[in-house]
Amino acid sequence: MLGEQIIKGMAVTARNFFGSYFSKNRLTTVQYPEERLPQKGNTRQFPFLVYDGDDAEKGLRCVACQICEKECPPKCIYIVKSKDKKPDYKGQPQIYPLTFDIDISVCMSCQICVEVCPFESIKMNTEFELSTADRFGDLLLTKEKLAKPNSYYQKIHPADAAESDAVIAAEKAKAEAKAKAAAEAKVKADAEAKAKAAAAAAAAPIAPPPANPPTTT
Amino acid sequence: MNALATPPKNFEVKPKLAANGEELGELLEVSMGPHHPSTHGVFRMDVVLDGEKVVKLKPVFGYLHRNHEKIGENISYLANMPYTDRLDYFCSMTNNWAYALTIEKLAGLVVPERAEYIRAIMAELTRLQNHTCLIGFFVQDMGALGTPMMYAFREREKILDLFEEVSGARMMCNYMRFGGVRVDVNDEWIAKTKKVVADYSKFLDEFGTFLTENEIVLARTQFVGVLPKDLAINASITGPMLRAAGVNYDLRKVDKYGIYSRFNFQVPVGEHGDIYDRYMIRVLEMRESIKILEQALRDIPVGPVMDPKAKLRGFRPKAGEVYGRVEAPKGELGFYVISDGSPNPYRYRVRPPSFINLTILEDMCLGHNISDAVVILGSVDIVLGEVDR
Amino acid sequence: METLEQIKARLEAALPSAKIEVLANECAAGERSLLVDAASGFTVAKFLRDDAQLKLDYCSNVTGVDWPDKELTEKIKVKQVVDGVEKEVEEVKKNIRPGYLEVVYHLYSMGLKHGPVVLRLRTENRADKTHLPSLTPLWRGAEFQEREVYDLYGVIFYGHPDLRRILMWDEFVGFPMRRDYIAPDDFEYEPTPHDEVLVEAKKHYPAEPKAEVKP
Repeated sequence: MLGEQIIKGMAVTARNFFGSYFSKNRLTTVQYPEERLPQKGNTRQFPFLVYDGDDAEKGLRCVACQICEKECPPKCIYIVKSKDKKPDYKGQPQIYPLTFDIDISVCMSCQICVEVCPFESIKMNTEFELSTADRFGDLLLTKEKLAKPNSYYQKIHPADAAESDAVIAAEKAKAEAKAKAAAEAKVKADAEAKAKAAAAAAAAPIAPPPANPPTTT
Repeated sequence: MNALATPPKNFEVKPKLAANGEELGELLEVSMGPHHPSTHGVFRMDVVLDGEKVVKLKPVFGYLHRNHEKIGENISYLANMPYTDRLDYFCSMTNNWAYALTIEKLAGLVVPERAEYIRAIMAELTRLQNHTCLIGFFVQDMGALGTPMMYAFREREKILDLFEEVSGARMMCNYMRFGGVRVDVNDEWIAKTKKVVADYSKFLDEFGTFLTENEIVLARTQFVGVLPKDLAINASITGPMLRAAGVNYDLRKVDKYGIYSRFNFQVPVGEHGDIYDRYMIRVLEMRESIKILEQALRDIPVGPVMDPKAKLRGFRPKAGEVYGRVEAPKGELGFYVISDGSPNPYRYRVRPPSFINLTILEDMCLGHNISDAVVILGSVDIVLGEVDR
Repeated sequence: METLEQIKARLEAALPSAKIEVLANECAAGERSLLVDAASGFTVAKFLRDDAQLKLDYCSNVTGVDWPDKELTEKIKVKQVVDGVEKEVEEVKKNIRPGYLEVVYHLYSMGLKHGPVVLRLRTENRADKTHLPSLTPLWRGAEFQEREVYDLYGVIFYGHPDLRRILMWDEFVGFPMRRDYIAPDDFEYEPTPHDEVLVEAKKHYPAEPKAEVKP
């Protein structure tokens, strides 16, 4: 019969229409600002910088190695290295970034910077409500705006943060062990040097008595 | 440079003449696009019409041209991976796979078993969502505004949610790496995917009742835009369009890249090469994809997902050249890379399937009404991010 | 499928005038290619397409490659007479390999399901003799791709039915995919210009006001 299939199609439409009142499978829209979907596992938006402790200036993990700047596909990262050094999380003196800008109007959220970073210092944020009125100023994130505490990272990506913390802890432990070993070696070397010096001092021939002592007559 | 003559004009519109030289009427030149809603993006067709019949049709591209290949030659191999997402932005996973596969061939990396399974799962999910949306779009081109497309997009969302959970992004996944995939999937994700796949065949049944035998769809698509078999082969047409013309050529069976030799699936082949066959091929291909997904999700082994030899920083493959290709939802997606041993490729070329599939657009449209030209274009399945690069 | 050497031997037997060379490829995949001189490119391609054993009916990929002039240095040993004694002296000889444009075709067979055979054609130079035979009459699939190679590299395909720019607009001057192409200086103001972009962008900044010089 002509039109039979069209009526069947109408039935499908009707089923979907009424079904959307009952079935979650058929109604997938969400009333956005009031209602929000839960965050998905590995969601990524734009990068941020991680710092340890409370002071963003002191605890920043970034050492301005500029690998992310070089690898960034759209070249949206801009770093200026510092001239002086400050201690990093391992306690070693390190360079730090004087300027660290990310232009998020250029950034394409690809996560390459996170992957190439050898210091676990740049991570992806999940914040997506970033609309501003100022196109240039507010979309250029400076170091101050980018720096977020490690606790924030632990909150948004708990599993990844735990992994990254483990890496940091392992490196710290390694550095400490190395430092300790170095210190011990130094102590040992010092002791050895002392012992050697002492031995040398002991072994050194005592100034021979003058063969012909001057006689005072 | 001046050896290049001035390019010939696109075409001249001449009045139609009778045998005795009398003017019969004028031909009408219509510039469809680049902002026409049915051209799937910024694509333009210069059409010459005699009444409503198409007499001449020239596709015009380049409105989205960004010289993707030049960008790829100026950045490192790894940094180019996110740019491949933006070629065919509906199918970033297969784009990633094609690029990763090419570079793996170049550098001789071996992909672990689990990663191969994950790649196949992602590629078939991509095929599902691409074909569903394409059907939605092309039914919309026929005038079914909204409803079928909304159903298609509703199902697509479920697959995009799965992508987001693993890769972090819905469309620009940037998920695969040379020698594996970036993140491993967990059991919870596999369970969710199994559920989506199980529900999908129910959706396809419903979609089928909705469209497959609908009188209007049949009247608009059968024996319209016929593509003969010989022309399809000669014009390098690939993907569902080629198979609808009756050629059994699927790279998953021919090249057996990845682990496709392990799966039990069939390649649907059409008979007439008209729009209806192209539609049916896509529906049947989705059924086969569901079969592959069921097998892959059942058999996925545990293990690492990255080749331990793969280097993330300072990746410099040996000098040489390579051409790698995969069966993307739109056809054969190939990458041709020449390496000179430096961190950047010396030459990087994309073989875009939908760009080459447009070669025969004029042949298919000639003699049909202008309203059919829209549907024929819809059945070719183009994405302008890939056509213009 | 036959090896490239076998194909080459058969080609040379069938087309004695063609100059064919097998090019090496050192990467892991190692797909080697056939280099054919431009004059016999068309007949060789026709042979490859129509030969019953090969039947390469599917031209998958057409692409251009730019090879600019390159300075090659090689060390050669020269015999010289120094102070009446003959000695071998190493000399560094520099010669310039003239640049050329290359077009690469990847051919497969859909019927026999084998491939690829990689076919390469080279132009004489990069400036004025950039003509090559078009293979579009053999494979329609090369039509848009050859237009693209013309558009981005400037290879002129004779025998092509409709050789126009395809991705760039008709009035565009230059060939953007060539290695020595210089992108036009049309940078907009960006919040974070750096490196070369900064240098370019600075030219567009308003000039800094000069400090007033007190008389």
